[in-house]
Amino acid sequence: MKKMVGLINLDHEYHVFNELTYFRNSASLPFGGRYRMIDFTLSNMVNSNINEVAIFARNKYRSLLDHLGTGENWDLDRRNGGLFILPPDWNDPSDKSQGDLRFFHNNRDYFHRSQSEYVLISGSQFISNSDYKDAFTYHLEQEADVTLITTNVKELYPEHYPYFRVEADQNGRVTEITNDQHNSELFTGVYIINKNLLMRLVDECIAYDKDNFFICGVKNKLDDLKIQRYEHSGYSAFINSIESFFRQNMNLLDAKHYHDLFFGNHLIRTKVSSNPPVKYRKNSDVEHSLLANGCVVDGRVEGSILFRGVAVHTGATVKNSIIMQRCTIEEGVHLENVILDKDVHVSKGQKIIGSKEKPYVVAKRQVI
Amino acid sequence: MKECIGMLLAGGEGKRLGELTHHLAKPAVPFGGKYRIIDFTLSNCTNSGISTLGVLTQYSPLELNKHIGNGKPWDMDKQSGVTVLSPYTAKTGGDWYSGTADAIYQNMHFINQFDPEYVLVISGDHIYQMDYQKMLEQHKKTNADATISVIEVPWDDASRFGILNVSDNLRIYEFEEKPKNPQSNLASMGIYIFKWSKLKAYLLEDAHNKASRHDFGKDIIPAMLDDTQRLFAYRFDGYWKDVGTIRSYWEANMDLLDENLSLKSNHKEWRIYTHDSNLPPQYVSQTATVSNSLINSGCLIHGNIENSILFRNVHVEQASTVRQSIIHPGVRIGENCKLNRVIVMENTVIPKGTAIEVDEFQEPFVINQEILGGMLTPAGGESK
Repeated sequence: MKKMVGLINLDHEYHVFNELTYFRNSASLPFGGRYRMIDFTLSNMVNSNINEVAIFARNKYRSLLDHLGTGENWDLDRRNGGLFILPPDWNDPSDKSQGDLRFFHNNRDYFHRSQSEYVLISGSQFISNSDYKDAFTYHLEQEADVTLITTNVKELYPEHYPYFRVEADQNGRVTEITNDQHNSELFTGVYIINKNLLMRLVDECIAYDKDNFFICGVKNKLDDLKIQRYEHSGYSAFINSIESFFRQNMNLLDAKHYHDLFFGNHLIRTKVSSNPPVKYRKNSDVEHSLLANGCVVDGRVEGSILFRGVAVHTGATVKNSIIMQRCTIEEGVHLENVILDKDVHVSKGQKIIGSKEKPYVVAKRQVI
Repeated sequence: MKECIGMLLAGGEGKRLGELTHHLAKPAVPFGGKYRIIDFTLSNCTNSGISTLGVLTQYSPLELNKHIGNGKPWDMDKQSGVTVLSPYTAKTGGDWYSGTADAIYQNMHFINQFDPEYVLVISGDHIYQMDYQKMLEQHKKTNADATISVIEVPWDDASRFGILNVSDNLRIYEFEEKPKNPQSNLASMGIYIFKWSKLKAYLLEDAHNKASRHDFGKDIIPAMLDDTQRLFAYRFDGYWKDVGTIRSYWEANMDLLDENLSLKSNHKEWRIYTHDSNLPPQYVSQTATVSNSLINSGCLIHGNIENSILFRNVHVEQASTVRQSIIHPGVRIGENCKLNRVIVMENTVIPKGTAIEVDEFQEPFVINQEILGGMLTPAGGESK
């Protein structure tokens, strides 16, 4: 059976989540009440029979390392293969490579040693519940050099702006990769490429002093390579700003989206914790919300997402908000359109109201 | 050499739990919305630094063995972590465990490997949080041959327990199993620490005694008392509950909803560990109301939940009411159902419009698909 390795390239991801990414990269941004953004990519990979995954991590990866550990929560703690976290620690004086090409250049061993002939490359800001086995079969059937996973977005939002658009002929062969803002066929950043070709293209890019593998090695080679398109249908989200982060979290309060993302092809895995079930006290009044284990609720929660271990005391109201792990909302507090990062303590009687379009963000570990 | 190793008796058939233990050993019965009964004892071991543990299984062990696995959730996936000990045959014969003492006797070679000074004997069917290390400290301080953990029970209930009569310094001079006129209200919790050398001698002797029932409470402890060995009681004053009957199982679950309960599954220093299910946060819809309940991940709530415990992945549809009930994993409750004082077993599908209500003070009703099928089959064409 043909095999793929996974590569999560975080090198050129935007960290434009203000307070939320001051001390973490966007791959470890909490999402969906219990997960980190990277959980979706990792789960999709391991559930597509990929059991060898490397991560190019350039900066602010302390919390990412803490989250991933040995990879055991994704069944990546293996004797053969498993999880490889590749930070930028290289020391080759003759090295002339730039951008993410330096990662490829300095981690050749990872690709050489792998038994797999194919590589699935992804970022962490495209959220979906995908099984890439079908895309891989398609890649093999088409005898493609590269297969780009695309998705057709119904409604275009500002977060879609930076993503490439794909045009293909009736055989699925990609003819153009553009910035055409009117094209709703978006490249998800996920693609399958033959490993030997990948290494050859890396060398070529470096020889020509380039600094971005995808643009130079794939996008600019449309005529030389057989590049196919494979369309992902079903739930998906692109998250690269506070606004998209807020909107897409809230989007999960729609039962259909909740179901598609969390009970789709497979369950999404994350770092486990030992939190007890949610405790609803006598005065709790909860509706239209997602609650993770370990929460204790005695107040009102409406249209909100509560991560693990959040306490909402009597008489407090949490409305249209995202409350991350272990926050405490004391008595009489009113929160509306707010994002609280982890470990925030909101004292008695405080009132914080953001706007629907621009939620008010409170950084980690603040006492208000 | 290990100072103290634990032996956990988990073979109980749990007859009085009826349908709940039909295919399941009692320690594996789901408890508290996320756990199994044995998780409390296993977590006690982890939290009190008992890192070598033999778990003795016998009755319907599949689920239980699967649950314990390599011991990872309890941090016992180490070289001398948890070992599941089931009955076996050897050249010299072999047999089912005929009693609690016999179970330990048949696994003496397991204990001998670690050459421990002390052995902690516990069982997997009680709900409590206890630091065994404190008990061990007292055991060492009193230079006891055996220490038995006791809890004060109401005097009226004392005749239902094994009662220990002790002198002022807690030395045990008498043990009475279910006494008619109890002299004390100190009930044995079935938790023992023995000097291993001493216990070994008594086990060997007991094994050759044909009249013995090979039971700690009935044989070993009385024999040690007859020989005036140093037996001491260790007082425990936290929450402790034997979940031996449907009623006590239901009560112990409901106790978790009491805000003043001393037992806390989210104590940071005393977590209860178990497997994680990878299920998403629970979804509470616009039509739902929830109060005084425990609900686990993966649940979808459209109905009304009151004073109840819902395990993972339970769906409750609109206009349904679940009150004072315990709903095991994967249960589906259709629209317009009414459940009151019911225990619903794993993966049962309750069709819409079903009403099962049990009166206050009556024994909670256990249902599974089979029982439900029997109930819904029209007796005399009653259903429409």
